[in-house]
Amino acid sequence: MNSNTKFNVLRTVLSVGIALLISFGIIFLTSKEPVNAIVQLLTGPLQSQRRFGNVIEAMIPLIFTGVGVSIMFAANEINLAGEGAFHLGGLVATYVALNTTLPSGISPLACILAAGFFGAMVTTVPAVLKIKTESDVLVSSLMMNYLILYFANYVLSNFLRDPSAGAVVSFAVPQTTQLGTIFAGTRIHIGLFIALAVAVFGYIFMFKTRTGYELRLTGENRSFARYSGINVVKITLISQLLGGFIFGIGGGVELLGMYNRFTWTSQLGYGWDAIIITTLAKKNPLYVPFAAFFLAYLRTGASIMARSTDVVTEIVTITQGIIILLVVAEQFLSKYKHKMIAKEAKATLTNETEGE
Amino acid sequence: MIFEAIISPEFFNATLRATTPILFAALASAVASKSGITNMALEGIMLFSALFGVIFSAAFQSAWMGLLVTMIIGGFIGFFLAFFVLRLKTDQILAAIAINLIANGATILILLAVSGDRGVSSSIQSLQIPRVAIPVIENIPFLGRVISNQNILTYISLIMVVVVHMFLYKTPLGLRIRAVGENKDAAESVGISSKKVQYISLIISGVLASIGGFFLSGGYLTYFTTGMSAGRGFIALAAASMGGNTPIGAFLVSILFGAAQALANILQLGSWPYELIQMLPYFTTLLGLGIYSYIRMKKRQRLTGK
Repeated sequence: MNSNTKFNVLRTVLSVGIALLISFGIIFLTSKEPVNAIVQLLTGPLQSQRRFGNVIEAMIPLIFTGVGVSIMFAANEINLAGEGAFHLGGLVATYVALNTTLPSGISPLACILAAGFFGAMVTTVPAVLKIKTESDVLVSSLMMNYLILYFANYVLSNFLRDPSAGAVVSFAVPQTTQLGTIFAGTRIHIGLFIALAVAVFGYIFMFKTRTGYELRLTGENRSFARYSGINVVKITLISQLLGGFIFGIGGGVELLGMYNRFTWTSQLGYGWDAIIITTLAKKNPLYVPFAAFFLAYLRTGASIMARSTDVVTEIVTITQGIIILLVVAEQFLSKYKHKMIAKEAKATLTNETEGE
Repeated sequence: MIFEAIISPEFFNATLRATTPILFAALASAVASKSGITNMALEGIMLFSALFGVIFSAAFQSAWMGLLVTMIIGGFIGFFLAFFVLRLKTDQILAAIAINLIANGATILILLAVSGDRGVSSSIQSLQIPRVAIPVIENIPFLGRVISNQNILTYISLIMVVVVHMFLYKTPLGLRIRAVGENKDAAESVGISSKKVQYISLIISGVLASIGGFFLSGGYLTYFTTGMSAGRGFIALAAASMGGNTPIGAFLVSILFGAAQALANILQLGSWPYELIQMLPYFTTLLGLGIYSYIRMKKRQRLTGK
């Protein structure tokens, strides 16, 4: 492990630690039973099989979004339309499930692939707009999210709504199309395997293929990549398509695994969660499941804490924000990094002189 | 019937009202962008400000004091963003996303601590900036009913368009801000401290956005609800971007948004597909942004001869 990697790991761990400490501080300031709250937050998910199941269930969608955004951001393109792609993925999966009759094995597959296809469309719009008109991807991708949200609401209330249900929800997805649970006593579904496969695929794509190499090069130095003969426009487009596809699959899987009706009438926030996942995982899909597990654990712990004490779950949102701030701040601990690199350089230097 | 509603003075009146918060934030975005930084934390600043406006106007029993404190806090959040971006070299978008996340969580936490409720601030006796009727103008047919009897902050927002325009294009500091935004190195070479200029821009941006946030709970509505900024910060970012990051451009696009929102409120009553109407402002922006960017790209290509 070279000193740079070592430093990155150290800084990430320290950032998370500091963020947690700040959150504990807030809990101490606002709660009447702070110790109990913190214990619940940290150990709550381990107290029963069902609770630990909740962690894994929450981890599944986070893996998809983390891998998706890692691939999109690798092109150095701040495309935030993943939120919309995930949302549309859920809608499309529901739509296909309700309007087709396919054999039980093929049905969920068809739903998920359709969800992925439409997800890819969502993230590609800002990318194409940028290529054709040089308009800001950040702004257009944010607008896409709202377009998708209201479009989904429109389709839900006009085409999918179950009038016999009290709330605005779709008809129930047939049993054969839902993703089965794999552990009794929990709601962990087959989507877990799909998510892990996507993470491995993402890693292989980004680090073991030619396209992935070109993608990373494009993200790091666009001009250099172009002068090396890489078609940066094509590479960027591929990464946005693929990222959106994964977000779309994620939406489809989440819906067929955890919901039996389409109930999403406001933004779910998976696009924002993806940011912290990719920040912690350093844009490496292989680390995404770990980052996703961490966030899912924290979320589950927080909701257990909120149920049994007077602290609200939103404390985790604050923790999340602080983690992003510290991990991304290049100058945070930079003096230490400098020292560490200098020390390593000195050590190699002495070794070389001794060797002569 | 719909047509009659649209040409009524009430529609234009409602448009101005809905435009106000977006306009403040769009001006905030324009100032930050002119200095070369995208202030995506507008959303979080507005949300914080909507809450602090309620809390401090109640604490001081004065809406104006509440506004003042909120503006100071808004400026501070702008400074906070600038500190992370400029001093700690944090990616500006990720830092802003982090601030927005913190705003989401912290507003709920603070609201709960102060009011005992986690959704609405109705138990807090907050004060609002009043509406005023303008003498003489209110007697002009049609126009009087559009312009008069608006919130004072609505008038201030319109005045701010001119003020920010004058500031950016007619003052030495405005010139420096634009110089840093256009070309940081060139500005540095003539002795401008780009960091100082960007700090100032982000603080001004934070103050402007906080007035927009204050208006949400201290004028537009009379209480704070969680998540009440509802994407207006992002819309403002889009409005400023589509308006070429100029105050006048930002104003024109903000009006478009205000009108779309007012239209959606009217059409909601009819048998129109409400959700599709809600898509209108976002669709318009996407289209407008594409067209504007395309024209700008062509212009640049012509100038550089590529």
